[in-house]
Amino acid sequence: MFDLKDLYQEVIVDHNRSPRNFGELGPPGRKLEGFNPLCGDRLTLYLDQDGDRIADIKFNGSGCAISIASASLMTEGVKGKSVREAETVFAGFHELLTCADLDIDMTRMGKLAVLAGVRDYPSRVKCATLCWHTLHALLAGDEAPVSTE
Amino acid sequence: MNYPQAVQADTGPATGFPVETYRQDFPILEQTVRDMPLVYLDNAATAQKPRQVIEVLDDYYRSYNSNIHRGVHTLSELATDAYETARKKIQRFINAESLQEVIFVRGTTEGINLVAQSYGRSRLGAGDEIIVSTMEHHSNIVPWQLLCEQTGAVLKVIPINDAGELDMDEYKNLLNERTRIVAIVHISNALGTINPIAEITGQAHAAGAVVVIDGAQAAPHTKLDMAALDCDFYTFSGHKLFGPTGIGVLYGKQALLEDMPPYHGGGDMIKMVTFEKTLYNDLPYKFEAGTPYIAGVIGLGAAVDYVSDVDLDRIHDYEHGLLRYAAEAAATVPGLRLIGTAADKASILSFVVDGIHPHDLGTILDHDGIAIRTGHHCAMPVMERFGIPATARASFAFYNTTEEVDKLVAGIDKAKNIFK
Repeated sequence: MFDLKDLYQEVIVDHNRSPRNFGELGPPGRKLEGFNPLCGDRLTLYLDQDGDRIADIKFNGSGCAISIASASLMTEGVKGKSVREAETVFAGFHELLTCADLDIDMTRMGKLAVLAGVRDYPSRVKCATLCWHTLHALLAGDEAPVSTE
Repeated sequence: MNYPQAVQADTGPATGFPVETYRQDFPILEQTVRDMPLVYLDNAATAQKPRQVIEVLDDYYRSYNSNIHRGVHTLSELATDAYETARKKIQRFINAESLQEVIFVRGTTEGINLVAQSYGRSRLGAGDEIIVSTMEHHSNIVPWQLLCEQTGAVLKVIPINDAGELDMDEYKNLLNERTRIVAIVHISNALGTINPIAEITGQAHAAGAVVVIDGAQAAPHTKLDMAALDCDFYTFSGHKLFGPTGIGVLYGKQALLEDMPPYHGGGDMIKMVTFEKTLYNDLPYKFEAGTPYIAGVIGLGAAVDYVSDVDLDRIHDYEHGLLRYAAEAAATVPGLRLIGTAADKASILSFVVDGIHPHDLGTILDHDGIAIRTGHHCAMPVMERFGIPATARASFAFYNTTEEVDKLVAGIDKAKNIFK
């Protein structure tokens, strides 16, 4: 049977308690809001781009442990990366959470693999992907808030 | 876990309420979820169905499925008879004066929309006022906002106090000669508060306003008596009353209903149609356009029989004991805060726990087979009033037990351990 500890791993609990890159970035950085109307999770993502590179990224807001930990892990994971690299990580992460195929190469997911347990709780996948959808929209230059519905 | 003996003695077998016998009427309660016995504490969202209701639905589709009214064949007569018998059962159940006052709708939401669009739109104008309260479900806010947009009427809101009770002084202040409609929830789905409907109605009538009551949560917990409440409209859903989803009841005083224009046009709601003029049908059919949810109506009739047999007064007493037991158990959990502590309260326990988001708690409890609801419960103004994004909500029916409350508390402890 699936163990609850697989979902709420220590890394997730830790990132929820002490989220990394939690805060704001002023101009010229850009920001975008992400909202999960079903849960009320609300995140704001702040981005400093240096050409094609994510120079700095921060977030704030409120939500469940899965959404906060996922945002914290995401900011750690994409900081310093190119836009294309970040999108590749998102594609892999999305696959990790939504595909039944358990043979996904976890090693290439790095720390993000701790969120794999969310896959067994379909109603919670949106919590884990809210920050990523927001980043995706921000990188694409969108200005309208992102909603998971 | 040990709780004071007085609390234990107040609930369960001590009252002589045969909860274990009643549980056997509900087949769904026998199952396991994630390898644990199902503990269903999401009754305010929808209640489970007894065998007595399931069998009636099954029998209708197996034996006499047929369209009602105007049928000359045997099955149609059987179906019509069962449908109209259900109306009689419901008339008795809510103590309405006449059968014409019992209108079948899809649920509470449709009942409120019907009143807003039929009564409200034909009578309200710019500057007229509609009073609702902070504790309303979105379904008793949005239909009135739509009506305000259409007519230029203005929405006024009765505030609530920290316990989640209506500020009745402020209600009196809001009432004036421009007040046309007072739309209030009988029992709050997010807080459990039971509102003083007869008192609210008396004051509204004195100001010349009509009263619309959202009874979605009240129907399964308290005896409904339209004559005693004296409200003008009252609406509730079948599925929270152990009946099918997609069927509900709108009660309205006959004199008001007679004067109201139809809500939907179509078959069954007419006497005669020509391209020059259409003659509408009599009550209650004027408001029942199209082939209705026949099985649902018959199933709701069976549900009403069932709860009447169990007896709503006994249900009320048993659930009250269960709520007290749960509230006292919750008080032993450090960091747990109840949202909604009204003096008069139904068996709904809304709460937040320090450091644990309600959604995480919901997932952790689900892992132990415990079903609760987490979120804003379609009452976002309530969440805003208490400064929280969401709550966890355990809502009890008469088939829940003190052992299930203990499992809930143990599950909360488990979540606290994960997030400690």
